[in-house]
This record gives sequence, C-alpha cells and structure tokens, in this order.
Amino acid sequence: MAADAASESEPEPGPQRLAAGQVIDGWLLHEKLHTGGMAHLWSVSRAEDAPPLSSPLPPGLPLIMKVPRLKGGEDPAAIVGFEVEQMILPTLQGPHVPRYVARGDFTRQPYIVMERIPGETLRPRLDQAPLEIAEVVAIGVRVATALHDLHRQRLVHLDVKPSNIMRRPDGTAVMVDFGLSHHDRLPDLLDEEFTLPMGTGPYMSPEQVQFVRTDLRSDVFALGVMLYHFTTGERPFGAPESVRGLRKRLYVDPVPPRAIRKACPPWLQEVILKCLEVKPERRWQTAAQLALALQDPDQVPLTERAEKLQSNGALKRLKRWFVAAGEEPSAMPGAPIASQVMQSPIVMAAVDVDNAEQGLLERLRDTVGRIMLTEPGARLACVSVMRTARIGMDDKMDGAGQSLHVKQLVALKHWAREISRQLDLGEGRLTFHVLESPDVAAAIVEFAERNQVDHIVMGARGNSAMRRFLGSVSAQVAAQSPCTVTVVRV
Amino acid sequence: MRIALITDLHANRQALQAVLDHAATQSIDTQAFLGDFVGYGADPGWVVDQVRERVAKGAVAVQGNHDAAVVRGSLPTMRPDARLAVDWTRGQLQPDQLEFLAQLPLMQEQGELLFVHANAYDPGAWDYIVSRVEAVRSMLNTRARITFCGHMHEPRLYHLSGVGKAGEFTPTSGEPIRLLGSRNWLAIPGSTGQPRDGNPAACYAVYDDTAGELTFWRVPYDVEAAAAHIRAAGLPVALADRLHDGR
Repeated sequence: MAADAASESEPEPGPQRLAAGQVIDGWLLHEKLHTGGMAHLWSVSRAEDAPPLSSPLPPGLPLIMKVPRLKGGEDPAAIVGFEVEQMILPTLQGPHVPRYVARGDFTRQPYIVMERIPGETLRPRLDQAPLEIAEVVAIGVRVATALHDLHRQRLVHLDVKPSNIMRRPDGTAVMVDFGLSHHDRLPDLLDEEFTLPMGTGPYMSPEQVQFVRTDLRSDVFALGVMLYHFTTGERPFGAPESVRGLRKRLYVDPVPPRAIRKACPPWLQEVILKCLEVKPERRWQTAAQLALALQDPDQVPLTERAEKLQSNGALKRLKRWFVAAGEEPSAMPGAPIASQVMQSPIVMAAVDVDNAEQGLLERLRDTVGRIMLTEPGARLACVSVMRTARIGMDDKMDGAGQSLHVKQLVALKHWAREISRQLDLGEGRLTFHVLESPDVAAAIVEFAERNQVDHIVMGARGNSAMRRFLGSVSAQVAAQSPCTVTVVRV
Repeated sequence: MRIALITDLHANRQALQAVLDHAATQSIDTQAFLGDFVGYGADPGWVVDQVRERVAKGAVAVQGNHDAAVVRGSLPTMRPDARLAVDWTRGQLQPDQLEFLAQLPLMQEQGELLFVHANAYDPGAWDYIVSRVEAVRSMLNTRARITFCGHMHEPRLYHLSGVGKAGEFTPTSGEPIRLLGSRNWLAIPGSTGQPRDGNPAACYAVYDDTAGELTFWRVPYDVEAAAAHIRAAGLPVALADRLHDGR
C-alpha cells in the first residue's frame, strides 16, 4: 500500500550510491546502520577539514545521516515525505525529538543529519506482546508525554507506531520520522499530494482515513492502538491493505482487551477503548489527559467501556455502518493544533485543606470555579500535600487510628463539592490527589511537571509571621513551576 | 544575503516607515520593492523618494499597475476612487519622481529569484494570482525557482512539486519557512500600505538565500496618522477608513 511507510524492499537506487569513507558537505560517512522502506541511515561525523558549523555541536554528540531511497525519481511519496521531514524537524526542540543538525537539498544530495538516539525502537517489543501491564502503562505515559510536547509545538505526528518511537537512556520517549506529520505554521506538502489516506494501516485514525490531517487526537488514537497491541498481543483493527479495509474501523469496534487478556484491569480497558473511539470528541482530548489517567488509575472514571467483554452486536454495527457510509469527518474545523491543546487544559488546584484559613479556602474555591467556567474543556486536579518528616517514618494514623491520608482526601473532596455541583463536572473532569512530601512546594511543582498541568491555582499564606517562619510556598511554586500560576489572596 | 520584500506600499508613509524600522532589526542586506509605490495613500512623494534612495544603493524595484497609471494619467475605465487617486497623485509628484516610476522594469531576475508585480506570464496585463491556477501558470512561465510578487494584498505562499502538484499556504508572522530546493515557489508578501486580510498591520517578508528561508512579517503601525493624512489631503474617506479594518 502506498500509504504504508515500512513495507517495501526494492533494490537500491542508482544515483546516490553512498559508501563508507565518503564525505558529503563535510560529513564523513562511517557505516550504514539501517535500511528502511523509505530511507537509509548512516552513522556520520564532521570531517576534520570541514568548515565549522554555524552553531557548534555539543562535543561527543553521536550523529546519523538519513538519506532517502529514491526509486528513479518516480516515488513521490518518498520524496515528499522526506521534504516534509526536512521542513519540520529543524523547527522542533526538546528531549522528545532527535536534535536537528543539518540538511542537504534535493538539487544535489538530499539528507538530514541529526542526533543519533542509541538503541532500538519499540518495534521489537511488539513481538513480545502481551507485555506486563506495568510496562504497558509505563510506555503509555512516556509516549503520551512526548506527544503532548510535540502537540504544544504545533505538530501532529500522524504516524505514531512502535517503529517510530525510541528512548533515551533515562527512559524518555523520542519520536522519530516526521515524514507524514502536519505542522500548523508550515505548508502541508502532503495535503494535496495523494489520493490515498496517509499513514500506517493498523494505526491510522478514522479521521485520517477520511483525509483529515489537523487533529491532534489522531495521535491519541494511534497510541491507543499501540497500547491495545502491547496489552493483548493483537491488533485492534488488524492490518488492512485497502482503503475499504481501513474504513471498517469507522463502524466495527475492537474486541475489548479483557476478552483477550483477563489480566487487563478494567480501568486500563477504559483508557484504551477511550483512545480508540471513532469520534475524536469522545477520546481523551489531549495526550496530557491520557498521561494523567495512566498515572492515576484510581481516578479513571469507569464507564460501560471498562466492563465490556465483547464487541458491539450486529445491529449496532449495522447502524454505525449506515452512519459511517454518509459521514464526513467531524474534526474541529480549522482549529490550529496549539489551540486544540489549549482547549483542554489541565488546571491544578493546590489546596492546603489542613492549615489555610476558611476565608482563603472559599476565595480559592471561587477563583477555581470561575476558571473552570471559562474553560469548558478543562480538567481539574485537586491536590493537597501532607507534609512529612525528612527523616524517619511518620505515623500515618491519628489517635483514633484513622488514616490521615484518607482524612485529607475527604477534606479535599468536601472543599471541591461546590465546584463539582455548580459546574456539573462529570466523566472524570475532576480528580483528587493527596501527595506526601517533606517539601510542599517541590511536591506541587513535581506533580505539575509530571502531569503537564497548564495552570496552578493556589492560596497565599495569609499570616505574615507564618510566612516569615515557614517561607512562602506559593512564591517557590511560582518561581519553579513550568506553567502559569495564579496566587489567590483574601 | 537577506532581502526584505516590500510591496504595494500605496503612498502610506507610516506603514513603510514601520516596515523599514522592523526590517532594520532583521539584519537585512538589501530590499526588493515589488511595485505599487503610489495610489490610495497621502504621501506618494516621500514613499517614492525612499524607494529611489535604496535603488541607488542596489535595491531592486519593479513597476506596479498604480505606478504605470500615475505615469500615464487616469483612464475613464478606472473606478472613480482609483481615478481620483491617480489624478491627485500625479499632481503631488515632481517630474523626476514620475520619471523614476516611468523607467522601472516590469520584471527583474537575480539568479534563481524573480521579482515582478503581478505575475510571470504576462506582467504588463496585471492579471491577479487569485488561486493555485494562476500561481502554477506563473511558476511554469519562468526559469526562476522562486517568484516574489505583489498585486494581491493578502500574504500567501504557493508551491509546485516536481510532479506538478501544487499547494498553497497562508503564512503566520515570524515563522521561517524553508523554500525547499526540490520545488518551485511563488511568494506574495502581502501589502505594506493597504493590507486587506482583516488585519490592519503592514505586511512584508524577509528571504535569506543562504538558509533558503522565507519569513513573513506583520508590523503594526500608526493607522490613525495614515488615515488622517488621507482625509486631510481630501482623498476619498473610504480610503482612510479601510486602513482601520485592513479591508
């Protein structure tokens, strides 16, 4: 299939037969590491007599050169995909992409030089599926975190699959191959080019099948396919080879994971099936929300998805077939990726339920309520931190033997009750988290980082003597957190 | 080399000044002025002098339809507003300024770059590039790999692949776009002096031929002052009003 990026094995093309020891634009080729369907990968280094680069490289950074396989200039998919990557990779930053170094034009020798991420892709793990549930969850969190970072950079990857995911030594997921990606602020060279849906068959979202290339929730769908496969050892929609086969996912829902693997917990089935919803608006709205759910199983609201043990019946399927037959994709029309991310922010209310004065707690609740009112797509995570001793074990029971943790959770839910009631925050839009740490501010910042929180709302300690004595938690959070912080005062 | 691409200035002194100031912060080496220096606005003499000074230092300038009309004088076939503006403008310009406009070429080529006001296939007939159809026709009618043109006031970028597929794109201010060597490109920076896409900020673009990157820019300027000049000059009020809305 023209759309599949990893299924061909044609003989090598003629024009740019490269060899070890050759130097291209100052890049010395060492060895060919990999031959893929669309490109070769060479390990390279800067030749000794090469002119200096405009921005110097960190010493010791291992490099690869990606060279497209051109089959006699007649394979537009390979050329355009490579052009797209040449355009997009230089604009991306951060730990979740290989660092871009240089590129060569098609007029002479097309190539991209980039950071070499050591190790293998996630592809070999597919052969070992089903994996331990804990590993499936860990993979999900890491990949969702990486995807959210890309989405914030105005990019939809559109080819999320194990062979396009690598990992740094610390476990951070790195997305590679941006040949099918769409960037909000760059021309989409693929948009007009082809009459077949672009993507990899098993992972393509229903809207991708319908030629929509601008919905970040397509990546959420593909990640759901991966998690399904890792959990059950099977593909949720098989590996269709035709457009007709691809369209089947518009009306046939996958066998629930628990029907294949009993050990899959209901909450994980809920999370995976929610990724695989046909309509994007019924999925996790951002990769960050998916990561949040995977990190807090207790907080995943279970719907009928969680308990299903078989696919929908024939009647429901027929009904969906009729709908799908005449359906146009329902993606958010023209909304840029960056604003799709912002439409579904994660708001964190850091509530000091034990110590804050009543007036401050009320003001905080009022402020949070108003923020939630203006952000209909937002999720609210209510967080309270129990201060623990730096050294030694704390007694987690009070005099009456009641768990302090539970007590704090009860107090937190009580605090949020009015927000929940007024705004009718259903279906997991509201979650509760009691953290334990000797450093309250650090715990709040760490939670915000881990869960990709967009906005922290918290109270300032009212009493100035207390503040002098204990230091200002809110000032530390405002200084150190990666997101917007609103500090509420009475 | 970094080139500032400035077009459809339309005698708007405030907008041109703001664009030149902005370009000065973008380490540009030279400018290309893509025509329509006069017409609509109230400061044709000042604007023509600015362009002429820079052309003397090596900048590119090509003639636009408004420049040609002012050189030739108004025609009865013109819209009333345009006719009035042409006659008024003619009266404002010194003979040497008119002479400068008269001797401008319709097209100029520099290596793989083409500078033209309207299009490459018939530059003197002033056809507009309103869609991919005209853009492709223009790209197929020049040896140049990259065409910079004006005439259309909305910023736009067209591209044509080796197998004849064309695409178009509405750019965002400040985002560099690599004009890949494997394609032909036609870039319309958008009007400096009379933007029409609903955003009153002045348009221009910067092309870096070493990096092969084009960056479109929007520059806010003192619209009130430009509109006040138009009213004070006795030109049609509509020409002042439209600057506020960018229409």
